[in-house]
Amino acid sequence: MEWEIVIGLEIHTQLATKSKIFSGASTAYGAAPNTQACAVDLGLPGVLPVLNREAVRMAAKFGLAVGARVSPRSVFARKNYFYPDLPKGYQISQFELPVVEGGQLEIQVEGEAARVIGITRAHLEEDAGKSLHEDFHGSTGVDLNRAGTPLLEIVSEPDMRSAKEAVAYMKKIHSLVQYLEICDGNMQEGSFRCDANVSIRPKGQEALGTRSELKNLNSFRFVERAINFEVERQIDVIEGGGKVVQETRLYDSDKDETRSMRSKEEAFDYRYFPDPDLLPLELDEAYIEAVRKTLPELPDEKKARFISEFGLAEYEAGVLTASRELADYFEVAARIAGDDAKRTANWVMGDLLGALNKEGKEIGESPVSAELLGGMLQRINDNTISGKIAKQVFECMWNGEGDADTVIEQKGLKQVTDSGAIEKIIDEIIANNPQQLEQYRAGKDKLFGFFVGQVMKETEGKANPAQVNALLKQKLA
Amino acid sequence: MHTKTIAQLSAALRSGEVSSVELTSLFLDRIKQHNPALNCFISITEEQALAAAAAADRCLKAGDAAPLTGVPIAHKDIFCTQGVKTTCASKMLDNFIAPYESTCTARIAEAGAVMLGKTNMDEFAMGSSNETSYYGAVKNPWDQARVPGGSSGGSVSAVAARLAPAATGTDTGGSIRQPAALCGLTGLKPTYGRVSRFGMIAFASSLDQAGPITYSAEDAALLMNLMAGFDERDSTSVEREVPDYSAGLDNGIEGLKIGLPKEYFDEGLDDNVARVIDAAIKEYEALGAIIKEISLPNTGLAVPTYYVVAPAECSTNLSRFDGVRFGHRCEDPEDLFDLYTRSRGEGFGAEVKRRIMIGTYVLSAGYYDAYYLKAQKIRRLISDDFRAAFETVDVIMGPTTPTTAFKLGEKADDPVTMYLSDIYTIAVNMAGLPAASIPAGFVDGLPVGLQLIGNYFEESHLLNMAHKYQQVTDWHLQMPKEFQ
Repeated sequence: MEWEIVIGLEIHTQLATKSKIFSGASTAYGAAPNTQACAVDLGLPGVLPVLNREAVRMAAKFGLAVGARVSPRSVFARKNYFYPDLPKGYQISQFELPVVEGGQLEIQVEGEAARVIGITRAHLEEDAGKSLHEDFHGSTGVDLNRAGTPLLEIVSEPDMRSAKEAVAYMKKIHSLVQYLEICDGNMQEGSFRCDANVSIRPKGQEALGTRSELKNLNSFRFVERAINFEVERQIDVIEGGGKVVQETRLYDSDKDETRSMRSKEEAFDYRYFPDPDLLPLELDEAYIEAVRKTLPELPDEKKARFISEFGLAEYEAGVLTASRELADYFEVAARIAGDDAKRTANWVMGDLLGALNKEGKEIGESPVSAELLGGMLQRINDNTISGKIAKQVFECMWNGEGDADTVIEQKGLKQVTDSGAIEKIIDEIIANNPQQLEQYRAGKDKLFGFFVGQVMKETEGKANPAQVNALLKQKLA
Repeated sequence: MHTKTIAQLSAALRSGEVSSVELTSLFLDRIKQHNPALNCFISITEEQALAAAAAADRCLKAGDAAPLTGVPIAHKDIFCTQGVKTTCASKMLDNFIAPYESTCTARIAEAGAVMLGKTNMDEFAMGSSNETSYYGAVKNPWDQARVPGGSSGGSVSAVAARLAPAATGTDTGGSIRQPAALCGLTGLKPTYGRVSRFGMIAFASSLDQAGPITYSAEDAALLMNLMAGFDERDSTSVEREVPDYSAGLDNGIEGLKIGLPKEYFDEGLDDNVARVIDAAIKEYEALGAIIKEISLPNTGLAVPTYYVVAPAECSTNLSRFDGVRFGHRCEDPEDLFDLYTRSRGEGFGAEVKRRIMIGTYVLSAGYYDAYYLKAQKIRRLISDDFRAAFETVDVIMGPTTPTTAFKLGEKADDPVTMYLSDIYTIAVNMAGLPAASIPAGFVDGLPVGLQLIGNYFEESHLLNMAHKYQQVTDWHLQMPKEFQ
């Protein structure tokens, strides 16, 4: 039987506010345990939550960016369960009335048509603390620094049909929240986390199959692997005559498998009800419009502009706008380079990303800044150096030897454009290679490359290639 | 000196007739003398009190005293007071020293009032007789075989016995007004949102409100001037100008319309109490008010609705008492589940457990709509009753309680009968309205309280009505003989 995969994602993005969602304590990552937990975060008797307006603004920003409705009235609710890292015995979240409802996002898997994924809702909530099971000799340590950190939980429709689509969607959201400057996107520190609801159904069937919820998917790779594992598992269960049970499963990245955490019967009854300590969140039209004005150029808009303004291909524009930092890098470099934005695109996507990849660096950590790269490209465009020499210049800049002009100057890499000088070299080469000349003239066109190579060798690559080509054609004719 | 109102004490302090240290020592001595019998204090903060009194005396001498500088006061042990044990009368918090100060007590302290100690109460404010306290029952100074009412039983007992000239209380379903009535005092529950709840240990967050317990309306006004006001740390406190509550006390009340809800005078009401209330109403008529019968048709639904809403909220408010970070923790827990169940099982008393169980039940999947959601709808109906009534009358009056103080142990084993002792007070909390109870007479030597219910944020109006009555009567100045 042919199966269709149905995936929905719940993405938890940690909002980049300075203080917590209901208290004034800092949200900075990495402080000593329990040094960033105030009376409110500790859930001391008598304390009350006060909503952080900045978290609300960020949620609204996200909603507007995905074309969703920012609710004029949303309600905070208590989600009740006991756990040592949940100080109050309930998490303040939003349940029936979330702040953002009904958006969408277009995704594209390489080589496939673009698809629109629905966003059901996004709601504000507080994060829990952390339970630490190591280093406490059989006991558990609790660190409440993270307790009360604002989260925006973004819930998609079950619109994805493959693990690859799920990853594409997750990457798109990851990029978007950074574009919006509402989340630092740091997956290692847990700022961006994902759960996946996965089910399968016979192709053509309308009704959804029974789903399992996969937890602990904290990298793009894990999302893909966990979903693929889970799909295979569900197919095996059904084809083996069994039934998929609704349950929560934990992904174990070491063993690359999912295993059951709790079944539907064991699921918690969270006893949600409106939190009487917080008034309903009311946002009027004027507020929403004011937030709309702060929206930056969004990835899809930027992509379209890169195509029209810089003449980039769809694919190039897609790669370059995948992150705001990369897009900004490209744009700065392209503006300094002046002509030929396509060349800038090739350099950024090729040499730069290649070098970063090799050293496992992010764009923000690049030793060659956009200004440096742009300066170098400018020297290609004004014929000071050739593209080939530029590779050498780039490497020097990467190693911290200064900007392009300094490198060119110090290493004497300036391109030879004096046609007299080039001609002189060509004449010598022709004179020294009579055999090749004869063969070439007899019709062995391939030997043209040999002559070019000789000229370049003689000039240590500094001769202007276009000039060399033109002069050689003349002389060899 | 111990029989004076805080308005009189304030004057005596300013004139130099008495110092705050003298006054504070006097009340501390009275507490030491009578507390063993009455059990109205959980903590007596003698050292801090004397230090605060000395500081107040310096202010008084320097001439920069606020109205209550140097005046002693007792706080219900539901308010977090920094560095002082704050128990909520529960074993759960028997070891809890609050690391921060509630807004309410901070405002009173900033005005120079001197805290004498923390008063006994029903455990987590759940009770109407002060019999659910981990620290034992409180006695009614008018008859020590009887309850003082609850949950602010320690506060009223202390003030009635003149162990403190005034006290704070909190009122979730009548916990200021009912004990004030049973002990012959003036108690005011402000409009929900008028006084900050920050630092007040929550029972039912949408109903809880702190207020003053005093001899007179004039004293209640002085305390309200300190307690009322917006607090950015309490999202449910209201950003609204605070009037000078003392300013309008003497306004005339001629022509004001008083509504008497017929549902507050039906068969549940003790005949003798009814006679006292009728006499008080006559007094208002003599002062020029117009009496009108009204109806609050959903009155009968208030108690059952309250016992869905309040337990629902308290069941989750009390989840934080889990033995992990503070409060009672069981000995040698075997695992997490054992830690939770034993710590909570040992730390909470029976009434608290009962309400946590009711609340957990009514919020559970499958029951939520039938109980919690329905209760919210009825709550709206109850509010609408009052809204309609206030279109035709200025103030609503009736008895605060159906009977005078009952005997210790009389209702302790019958929760439903106990719950019904708040039948006239609970609807006010459901609607979030302000209401006061003032002394209106006696039945067989036991005080009777008259309840005054006002429209939203009309505390001034209630205090004015109460003060005018207290100008022509002296019920509020009566004292239990033993404690004169």
